[in-house]
Amino acid sequence: MNTTARHTLAVLVDNEAGVLSRVARLFSGKGYNIESLAVGTTDDPSVSRITIEVLADDKQINLLSNQLRKLICVHSVKALRPEHAIRRELVLIKVLAEDSVQRNEIIQVANIFRASIIDVSKSSLTLALIGDESKAEAIQNLLTEFGILELVRTGMVALERGQYTIDEQTKEKGEFDYGKNVL
Amino acid sequence: MNGAKILLECLIEQGVDTIFGYPGGTILNVYDELYSYGDRLRHILTAHEQGACHAADGYARSTGKVGVCFATSGPGATNLVTGIATACLDSSPIVCITCNVAVDLIGKDSFQEVDITGVTMPITKSNFLVRKVENLADTVREAFAVARSGRPGPVLIDIAKNVTAQQADFTPLPQREHAAYGRLHDLMKRYDFKPPEPDMDDIRTLAAMIRESEKPLVICGGGVVRARADAELTAFVHRIDAPTAVTVMGAGGIRGRDSLTTGMIGMHGSQASNIAVDHCDLLIAIGCRFSDRVALKPATFAKQAKIVQIDIDRAEINKNVETAHHIVGDAKQVLDLLTPLVPQLSHEAWKAEVFSHPTETHYDERPGCLTPGQVLNCIARLCPQDTIVSTDVGQHQMWAIQHFHFDYPGQLLTSGGFGTMGFGLGAAIGAQVSHPDKCVVHVTGDGGFRMNCNELATEQYYNLPIITVVFNNHTLGMVRQWQTLIYQQHYSQTTLDRGPDFVKLAEAYGLDGYRATDEASFEQALRTALERHRGTVIDCAIDMDEMVRPMVGGGSHITDFMIH
Repeated sequence: MNTTARHTLAVLVDNEAGVLSRVARLFSGKGYNIESLAVGTTDDPSVSRITIEVLADDKQINLLSNQLRKLICVHSVKALRPEHAIRRELVLIKVLAEDSVQRNEIIQVANIFRASIIDVSKSSLTLALIGDESKAEAIQNLLTEFGILELVRTGMVALERGQYTIDEQTKEKGEFDYGKNVL
Repeated sequence: MNGAKILLECLIEQGVDTIFGYPGGTILNVYDELYSYGDRLRHILTAHEQGACHAADGYARSTGKVGVCFATSGPGATNLVTGIATACLDSSPIVCITCNVAVDLIGKDSFQEVDITGVTMPITKSNFLVRKVENLADTVREAFAVARSGRPGPVLIDIAKNVTAQQADFTPLPQREHAAYGRLHDLMKRYDFKPPEPDMDDIRTLAAMIRESEKPLVICGGGVVRARADAELTAFVHRIDAPTAVTVMGAGGIRGRDSLTTGMIGMHGSQASNIAVDHCDLLIAIGCRFSDRVALKPATFAKQAKIVQIDIDRAEINKNVETAHHIVGDAKQVLDLLTPLVPQLSHEAWKAEVFSHPTETHYDERPGCLTPGQVLNCIARLCPQDTIVSTDVGQHQMWAIQHFHFDYPGQLLTSGGFGTMGFGLGAAIGAQVSHPDKCVVHVTGDGGFRMNCNELATEQYYNLPIITVVFNNHTLGMVRQWQTLIYQQHYSQTTLDRGPDFVKLAEAYGLDGYRATDEASFEQALRTALERHRGTVIDCAIDMDEMVRPMVGGGSHITDFMIH
């Protein structure tokens, strides 16, 4: 049960200066490397949502979540289990394409992965792909032979499947959860 | 009114009567207003900002109220850092107020500018940078609420200099109404500032576990002291008739001479405490986070026992030691609910087993030297029973905790978690200022005292009759002890064969100084100090090779004593 795996934490925080560094330093301070990080505002402009992926075991995730809940800027924390969550990230890849043969082959690969071509030049193609890390890794492997000039990923964002939301979290009486957070 | 005045009005709202601090360029507006607040706010000017921070901490620990300190920007602010970390690790409620450069100078590497909110992020419960005067009152109210609520801790407010000069409307509000307005009101939707309501099912489960147990042991941790739950703990342990081990931070959580206390637990714990942990079948840890100085080796800690953790901070549950059951709540509240649910129990055989091992250490006399026991027993004999004792960190700290019988929360002021040498004198100043009628003894070593002895100036100026007892063994004793036992007697950079002459130093600061080389001369010096009721330093000659006993090595099983 306590094996290290990639976990996804969704964290709702105040949309204020310094909040990201408070959250991020908690991970570094406790000795964890953040594998992926994505931040953006939510439907409420005063609240941002941070999606963090980290390598840890279940117990460590529990401890990290409890530490995060002690930060005043944190509204709620939810560890999203892979089987109950949809996870997506956007990957932009610029590939070398110096002739039409190469260009066509790359376009074929892009079509198979439902990646869109968002920029073309005489010697390059830029692809945009939405997916989880296995999809990104697969297309990366195929494109390597053409020559990847640049690659950028947004970091994973995730939502729970079904009607549940992050705000429901406190109602699900878990091991540590009764009542509101206490400082 | 201007920001500086709003700040001071907000402090008065919070019931603050004393501020420890040190002025400087950016905080001048605040000190200018303070000039006319002398009748309502007492300002204690220390020799160094670190001393101010430790004094605020000592004030907080000894009174249970929030301690307050002021410092200017840049070096003033960074000098607070060690004090803030000390308060953080020991969950002591302090509010540090610093002023930064004006908003339009922030980020330009201005004179005496530092990003102190960034620096103190990991060592505060929360911190704030106030850039607008309209936010000032709200922020101060939030800061105090955060510092004292739940698991207490330090909070820092950094105020841009121009904010202290700007004008804004200010409506005074009684403290109980703060939660109804502003930022606190919003925050209350997400956080409880009251202790969490303990879960009754969890408490009933523990009551059932207690009834089934034949060998229960209780650990009294710092949470009992912070919650001032000494009466509740005493009632509880006598109800279930369980031996009770005390951590460094838990000292005073139960009377030191109570028939059920087994003394200190952990690295320098008594044999009774450590062996009881190893043999018990139920371990109830109250307000204790199982630090590496207590649990030592988590994998084998209390291996025959079901471990139950009672803590106000749910992030502490299962952090260091895996528990079988836990209750999230305030120690006082949980014990009040728990005690009536258990019948009067009796564990004579178990107690006989535990108390067959020594609960205290006896140190042999050495000719030509004072022993730690002689010094401490003499202090205990001559000083009033409610004497407040502050310590620095090292051998003298462990000796003091082993020998004194602390009777109430806030009687011992010591840096348990952070282990800050130089904490003692500042803390003693905070305690003496807030308890003018009590005797305050500052127990220190020659290493720790040398670090922050500059605060003798503060002690003298404010006529604080603190008695400083220096365990002078001319070495960093605890480090030397490790070098003796673990590092093949390589005494690398630990021998302190150097000045100053502590008696002359005391005299230079206008205090009394005495030297004691045997029990009679120490007793004479202490009697004189108590009679004269003046700040005093007593320099005690302690043998360099005296060790703290017993000792279990770091990471070792709790009964694997290196020395007994």
